[in-house]
Amino acid sequence: MILAWMIIVLLLGGVVAWGANRFSALWSRSVSLLALAIDLILVIAVLVSHRGRSSMAHWLVEWNHDWVPQFGISFHLGLDGLSLLLILLTLFLGFISVLCSWNEVQERVGFFHFNLLWILSGIIGVFLALDLFLFYFFWELMLVPMYFLIGIWGHENRVYAAIKFFLFTQVSGLLMLIAIVGLYFVHGRNTSIYTFDYVQLLGTSMSPAVAMWLMLGFFIAFAVKLPAIPVHSWLPDAHTEAPTAGSVILAGLLLKTGAYGLLRFVVPVFPDAVKAFAPVAMVIAVIGILYGAVLAFAQTDLKRLVAYTSISHMGFVLLGVFALNEIAMQGAVIQILGHGISTGALFVLVGALDERIHTRNLERMGGLWSVVPRMGAVTMLFALASLGLPGLGNFVGEFLVLFGTYRVSIPLTVLATVGIVFATVYSLWIVQRAFHGPRREYPKLPDLSPREVGIMGLMIVAIIALGLAPQPVLNTTRTAVENVIQKVTVQRESNPSVTLSLDSFSEEGAP
Amino acid sequence: MTTADLIALSPLIVLACSTIVIMLIVALRRNHVLTMALTLLADAAAFALLFVVWHSVPHQVAALLIMDGYSLFYMGLIFAASFVVALLSYGYLESHREQREEFYLVLLLATLGSAVLVASTHLASFFLGLEILSVSLYVLIAYQRSSEVSIEAGVKYLILAAASSAFLLFGMALTYADLGTMELASISLLIGGKPLSTLVLSGLAMMIVGIGFKLAVVPFHMWTPDVYEGAPAPVTAFIATVSKGGMFALLLRYFSRLGLHYSGSLFLLFAIIAIVSMLVGNLLALLQTNVKRILAYSSIAHLGYLLVAFLAGGSTGTAAVTYYLVAYFVTMLGAFGVVTVLSVEKEADAMVDYEGLFWQRPWLAVVFAASLLSLAGIPLTAGFVGKFYVIAAGVGSSLWSLVLILVVSSGIGLFYYLRIVVAMYKDAPREGRITTPSLSLTGSVALATLTLLLFWLGIYPVALIHTVQWCIANFSN
Repeated sequence: MILAWMIIVLLLGGVVAWGANRFSALWSRSVSLLALAIDLILVIAVLVSHRGRSSMAHWLVEWNHDWVPQFGISFHLGLDGLSLLLILLTLFLGFISVLCSWNEVQERVGFFHFNLLWILSGIIGVFLALDLFLFYFFWELMLVPMYFLIGIWGHENRVYAAIKFFLFTQVSGLLMLIAIVGLYFVHGRNTSIYTFDYVQLLGTSMSPAVAMWLMLGFFIAFAVKLPAIPVHSWLPDAHTEAPTAGSVILAGLLLKTGAYGLLRFVVPVFPDAVKAFAPVAMVIAVIGILYGAVLAFAQTDLKRLVAYTSISHMGFVLLGVFALNEIAMQGAVIQILGHGISTGALFVLVGALDERIHTRNLERMGGLWSVVPRMGAVTMLFALASLGLPGLGNFVGEFLVLFGTYRVSIPLTVLATVGIVFATVYSLWIVQRAFHGPRREYPKLPDLSPREVGIMGLMIVAIIALGLAPQPVLNTTRTAVENVIQKVTVQRESNPSVTLSLDSFSEEGAP
Repeated sequence: MTTADLIALSPLIVLACSTIVIMLIVALRRNHVLTMALTLLADAAAFALLFVVWHSVPHQVAALLIMDGYSLFYMGLIFAASFVVALLSYGYLESHREQREEFYLVLLLATLGSAVLVASTHLASFFLGLEILSVSLYVLIAYQRSSEVSIEAGVKYLILAAASSAFLLFGMALTYADLGTMELASISLLIGGKPLSTLVLSGLAMMIVGIGFKLAVVPFHMWTPDVYEGAPAPVTAFIATVSKGGMFALLLRYFSRLGLHYSGSLFLLFAIIAIVSMLVGNLLALLQTNVKRILAYSSIAHLGYLLVAFLAGGSTGTAAVTYYLVAYFVTMLGAFGVVTVLSVEKEADAMVDYEGLFWQRPWLAVVFAASLLSLAGIPLTAGFVGKFYVIAAGVGSSLWSLVLILVVSSGIGLFYYLRIVVAMYKDAPREGRITTPSLSLTGSVALATLTLLLFWLGIYPVALIHTVQWCIANFSN
């Protein structure tokens, strides 16, 4: 029940925050923070009550309740290490989003926070759902408020971006719905148990062709969210036009639901189809890494640039998942967290800069370091994180992904590494163009305010902690990842070393 | 005719009598509130009598009508929808100059016609029901005699409906010429299992033309946008729901009984109609700027979705059609309800009438947005569960290409629903827009109920699914 409360608190909080705007905008913001804080307490309560157990059972907490029994649909929620971390990330970025829109959003504050909290509850629902219908329900639920968030509070071209975002995700979602229903019938005809329950649908036997088609239905939906080439084109528009909080949530969380879907559903439910499809997915991933990086370098709009780096970084996640070994998959998880934090921070910084100089155009910036030194330093740090500097979170993720991929395909590893070199170029390019170089004429600009310093402080701590001590994270997700890998490697006894070597590696190798 | 027959027919008899009562009362004394109250009472009484009839189902009345769970369910739906339309019409008629009272009289007649359709088991009752419905609709559509578009729409509908009735009659005649019977049961016995003769096949095809016209599926959809636009908003709501729903129920009953559409040329025919309805409806809606026309094309597409479930067949298909129709009724009534309450003095059908609605009339905008999202099939709304049900039925019968086209076309559909939503939360409400007075009480009650239903069916569909399965339990045999 505690899991259901995590979702309900945010839904109710959203409604209350909307109503609270009658009194003042401050009330809406405070109610939102309060709702997030209550959720955080719930998550911590779960964490504390399970701290004692060294080997985490598969589901830390599970909750099951009938919903539409005629169809075998239940309200089945479950929390394991992977969902736990992602929910923590969700709440963390939720706080950041509320805080970073403190000044930026001044109109219709109540409705803004309503949308914000409903998106977050949809995302948490996605991370918790263990019933495929319920999963799809939450998957779609978060789209409408996100659409409003972009469409109402976004920048100049917001309506176009919002509709494009909605169309891409909705149509791909319907493809997934067909695949879900297909899986339901395949399982039902085999066993005459018609159910949408994830645990029961695991290990459904089906012919390779059917498995491949159904897998593709899921894969396309998740690839759109991730996003992977060639279904990425909604992302630059949506990220650029969204308000800062929207961009943070899009990059930090919405993209992660795609990665989560791959890990939770695609790989375990269709292990054989995934194995057959893995080379294609990995090539798509590497193309994404290179393509995103090259296009990022070509942008003059700072926000668009950061958006393209997301494509590049999420390519590593896709690569890590489809390398199908534990190291790479753990790397993908770390990359999810690292990218969530670092890109979120970059979007907050771009937003703060936009508030001050009213442009996101790199060509109209330059020499900002001497004007706003604190901002420059923080941007530098997150640019370094983005290029994969050791000691910061993204490095661990990318390194583990490359390490795992090396066992599968050396050429792809090499190409992906080239992507990191590109990352160096565009990351330093941001700092170079905006903060160094000839100084332009600016009116007197305020540096980071205490509120912004607070936001950035939190994010800096998070990214450094992830970079220096990833072991707790690896421990938390290990059981979940092992369970996924086990599904794939059941018939692949020939290569057991892949799953065993992580212990020795992570003890010595973590920087 | 026995007492049992009379009891079984009591809902229809009540409706028929109440039209006469209302007509006499109007002749004596015009009173809008009284007339509306009597109309609501008639609908409610007919609805309540369904529960009385429920004890004796299935009951065949002569060869013409059957009162089984299926007809009772659809009658309930039709009476409820007619009740809501009457509620919505009150505020609308108050703000218009026409004579108000006759509207209700004709509305009840049209309801009666649709109710006869869902219970029909004989080509004669089919035609009778259809004509009662059509003739009432001619009047309702052209009810605003001072408005040119309304009259134009009425005349258009009159001519086309008469032509399609001729097709239908000719089709019935051809079938009768070959089989020598007009009873559904005997027809299904005579043609069961054998290949169809040319005469029957062409008869059926012509009947499909007549049915297709009423359902407004492509290629018989040409009248829809004009009539939707020209008719008074509550009448449009009635056409979109009661008229189409009654006809679809009949289609489902006849063809499930005959079992013809599961294979062969009729399957192909229906599949083509479904595909082009989905695509054409959604694509043409993209080009519209008038909200009522957009909803007209949207309803064409929705009938296409319904045909997918219809083709899936079996108990899942029937249940899917029924659930979808309930969701569609609730949603369409909600959407046209908002159009109705905004239509004071002139029809609120231009996109500009909705600009900034979100900030001026937030509740109304929420109702409209919820209805549009339900039409688009977004979670939390009735339309989502309906669409899920249809897809489940389609996948269950392996109609892969139909389901894929459904997905693609509803993706296109999203686009124009969102356009209206975008207009609603746009800034800068236009200067000089007619400021609408506060809602009539009846209108707000109707809209609030519809919205609650919309969310209830989307969040907790169990009760309705259960009722549907219960009512159609004996349908297929």
